[in-house]
Amino acid sequence: MEWEVVIGLETHAQLSTESKIFSGASTAFGAAPNTQASVVDLALPGVLPVLNRGAVERAIRFGLAVGATIAPRSIFARKNYFYPDLPKGYQISQYEIPVVQGGGLRILVGETEKFVHLTRAHLEEDAGKSLHEDYQGMSGIDLNRAGTPLLEIVTEPDMRSAAEAVAYAKALHALVRWIGICDGNMQEGSFRCDANVSVRPMGESTLGTRCEIKNLNSFRFLEQAIEHEVERQIELIEGGGRVVQETRLYDPDRNETRAMRSKEDAQDYRYFPDPDLLPLEIDAAWIDRVRDGMPELPEAKRARFAADLGLTDYDAGVLTGSRELADFFESMVARLPGQAKLCANWLMGDVAARLNREQRDLTDSPISADALSGLLARIADGTLSGKMAKEVFDAMWSGEGSADAIIESRGLKQISDSGELERIIDDVLAANPKSVEEFRAGKEKAFNALVGQAMKATKGKANPAQVNEILRSRLGG
Amino acid sequence: MSLHHETLATLSRKLAAREISAVELAHLYLERIDGNRDLNAFLDVRPDVTLAQARAADARRKAGDAGPLTGLPIAHKDIFVTRDFASTASSRMLEGYMSPFDATVVSNLATAGMVTLGKLNCDEFAMGSSNENSAYGNVLNPWDKSAVPGGSSGGSSAAVAARIAPVATATDTGGSIREPAAFTGVTGTKPTYGRPSRWGMIAFASSLDTAGLMTLSAEDAALVLSAMVGFDPKDSTSVDRPPENFARALTEPLRGRRIGVPKEFFGGGLQPDVEAAVREALGTYQRLGAKLIDISLPNAALGIPVYYVVAPAECSSNLSRFDGVRYGHRARDYGDLTDMIKKSRAEGLGAEPKRRILVGAYVLSHGYYDAYYLKAQQVRRLIADEFRAAFEQCDLIAGPVTTSVAFGFGEKAADPVAMYMSDLYTIPGSLAGIPSMSIPCGFGAHGRPVGLQLMANYFDEARMLGAAHQYQLATDWHARVPAGF
Amino acid sequence: MALSLDDVARIAHLARIEITDDEARRTLAQLNDIFAMIERMQAVDTTGIEPMSHPLGGGQRLRDDAVTETDNREANLRNAPAQQDGLFLVPRVIE
Repeated sequence: MEWEVVIGLETHAQLSTESKIFSGASTAFGAAPNTQASVVDLALPGVLPVLNRGAVERAIRFGLAVGATIAPRSIFARKNYFYPDLPKGYQISQYEIPVVQGGGLRILVGETEKFVHLTRAHLEEDAGKSLHEDYQGMSGIDLNRAGTPLLEIVTEPDMRSAAEAVAYAKALHALVRWIGICDGNMQEGSFRCDANVSVRPMGESTLGTRCEIKNLNSFRFLEQAIEHEVERQIELIEGGGRVVQETRLYDPDRNETRAMRSKEDAQDYRYFPDPDLLPLEIDAAWIDRVRDGMPELPEAKRARFAADLGLTDYDAGVLTGSRELADFFESMVARLPGQAKLCANWLMGDVAARLNREQRDLTDSPISADALSGLLARIADGTLSGKMAKEVFDAMWSGEGSADAIIESRGLKQISDSGELERIIDDVLAANPKSVEEFRAGKEKAFNALVGQAMKATKGKANPAQVNEILRSRLGG
Repeated sequence: MSLHHETLATLSRKLAAREISAVELAHLYLERIDGNRDLNAFLDVRPDVTLAQARAADARRKAGDAGPLTGLPIAHKDIFVTRDFASTASSRMLEGYMSPFDATVVSNLATAGMVTLGKLNCDEFAMGSSNENSAYGNVLNPWDKSAVPGGSSGGSSAAVAARIAPVATATDTGGSIREPAAFTGVTGTKPTYGRPSRWGMIAFASSLDTAGLMTLSAEDAALVLSAMVGFDPKDSTSVDRPPENFARALTEPLRGRRIGVPKEFFGGGLQPDVEAAVREALGTYQRLGAKLIDISLPNAALGIPVYYVVAPAECSSNLSRFDGVRYGHRARDYGDLTDMIKKSRAEGLGAEPKRRILVGAYVLSHGYYDAYYLKAQQVRRLIADEFRAAFEQCDLIAGPVTTSVAFGFGEKAADPVAMYMSDLYTIPGSLAGIPSMSIPCGFGAHGRPVGLQLMANYFDEARMLGAAHQYQLATDWHARVPAGF
Repeated sequence: MALSLDDVARIAHLARIEITDDEARRTLAQLNDIFAMIERMQAVDTTGIEPMSHPLGGGQRLRDDAVTETDNREANLRNAPAQQDGLFLVPRVIE
């Protein structure tokens, strides 16, 4: 039987606020245990929550970026369950009425576009951490993370493959960083995905029973876990079994998912509106202020790159894949008007390849946008040949200075003076009568040999196009 | 008249006139506390802490930095957390718990220079109407030691009635200030919900919990309330209003005041002795120039069922933090993590909190939410709307606080529903969130005190306290002292 | 509507309170009394009535995003039943 895979993602993005969502404790990562857990975060008797405006502002930013409705009035509820890393015995979260409703994200899977609809995005608080190293045979509880603001972003079950899920997760990851609401650091848990996965016979309209896979803190794990889970479900059904709705944990070391023991209980979270918190009200004026402070969004930028700069849709899409890349590209274009294609080719080609090889981010590229523009300017004005440019690029990458300085010190200037080139070529023709004869006899190969000789005589500094032109005219066409 | 029979207002004048010092007052009340330990009103007394605060108050006065409250002693219900005294909520769960911070109510009064005498017994987590739910034993009613002092603020009411503290903080969720005040013949004041900060009050039912006072007079209440309440940025439900002097309307005459008398508060359950005293008090108001108006609060009687859905729902969640992980009781023997939490809670929490937690867990659980919680919230709105409508017709509402005078120990302890009915007349005002108070208005069966309840519209405490003060100028019920105290 | 012993066991587990069979039986009787009293509110017609979750109207006040707390771990952990290296200790957590 042919199976259709149905995937929905729930993503927890830690919001990049200074302080926690309901307390004035710092959200900085990596502090000594419980030194950033205030009395509110520890749920000591008598404490109360007060909502952080910065967290709400970031939720509004996200809502605007995905074309969602920002609820004028949303409600914080208590989700009640016991867990040692949940100090109050409930998590403050939005349940019935979330702050962000609807909207969606355009994603690119290979060369195909797809729109993933969002159900909602709501504000909530993160839990602490249980440390499983052995402490007198016990677990240790660190509540530094407790109360860190989260935006939980929930999609409709719109994705049909692990590749689509990964494309969505990457697009979302880029977006939250783009609009500055989340640092996106997946190792530190700032951006975590849970996947709801089910399968159904192709053509079937009702959804199959889903499993929720947790703990997917890299795109690779997301892909592997979904692929593994799809296989597990299909094998189960084809073997006559039935998928049980449950929460599963992905174990990257074994590349398998297993049912979570702590989630065995049929959960009954007993949600109700938090009586410590009145409804969250957001008026149109606030939304307008947030909108005014928003950067140009990737979609808009992509359309503008294609329309105004003449880039292909594909190139425009790649260059708006992250805010850093788009900013890098734009500052280059600002210095090299009319050379957008050249800038795009270098960024997506040599720079990307080099960064990729060295596992570096664009933000720590040894060549700045300005410096790279300086190099491309020398290509554009004919000073450098493509080959020479690559040599200069390598030198710049290893920190030898600006393009002009390297050109100067290595004497790499391309010979574009036609008088000088004509002299050199005349010498070459005089020295290689055999080749000249062969060419005249119709051997095109001999022409290439003469070009090679000319380039050799100029130590590669000649403009190849110019060499071609002069040779042909000298040889009488 | 003995010094300890004086009102706070009088003691304040004596301090200002340097007739007495804060240290002398502190010694006086510490001795009285020590001499009346059988009442079991106090759970934690630390004379060194108290005397240090008193010395500081005297120093302030010497430096010319004293206000009207500087140097006056106060005791705090053990629902407010304090740095210098243990904070237990009268629960085994929190035995010996030391808070790293003070409740805002406590720190506001300390800032005004008040001197803390100690922490007062109450029903466990403020759940109860007789103080029989304290893990640390019953509090006795100074008027009759075989009677309960009311609850949950039973330690507060008994301490003020016995004049072992001139004023005490208390909290009211469904009647926990007014009912014990009525049972012990003191003045119990619950301001508008949201006026006093809840920061540092160990939460029972967050949408109802309101800090207030037990005093010997309405004038005293006005004096202390002005310093105790006020906007607190640490409490999201704190009302952002400018500070008020609640004594400003004390001298306003009652002529022309319209006092609504709800007919539903004089129904079947009301005992004749209580009714007689309350009717007499209403007559006094009439003689003082107030106009009595018959009003109706048709759904007020449903306050009890509504309250016993809303309050348990909120408490079931509020008390989840007591899991034996970060503080509080942890069972000695247990199996796994879940077992540790279950046993710690089973051992640390008393019968009444457990009962309410279970009721709350049930009404919020899957499939029952709409039938109970949502329904209760809807009826709550009906009740609040009836008060709003009533205050279109009248300035204040008056009626009984309780159906009977204080009952005996054990009389209702085995029957939770009978106990819950103690709050029949106080719960409606709590659900609406309006200010209300109990003032002594006579005595009923066994010579036990009767309280008159006054209720006012939102934020109209000053007028309510004024009406109470005018009554207290015309009567002396509030000045009666139980024999032997 | 009456609760069953199963209901009592279920909610006691939800609320993480250990309860013996004996206690459960006594609790059941009390809870049924309480729920019989609660049922009285079902008689009121509340069609179209907005639920009141709070006595105060209006919206929630917000806090500026600023770090106002400093490390106070020692005081905050002083009541802990078991701790080591600044961590609260609990029986092994299994995920």
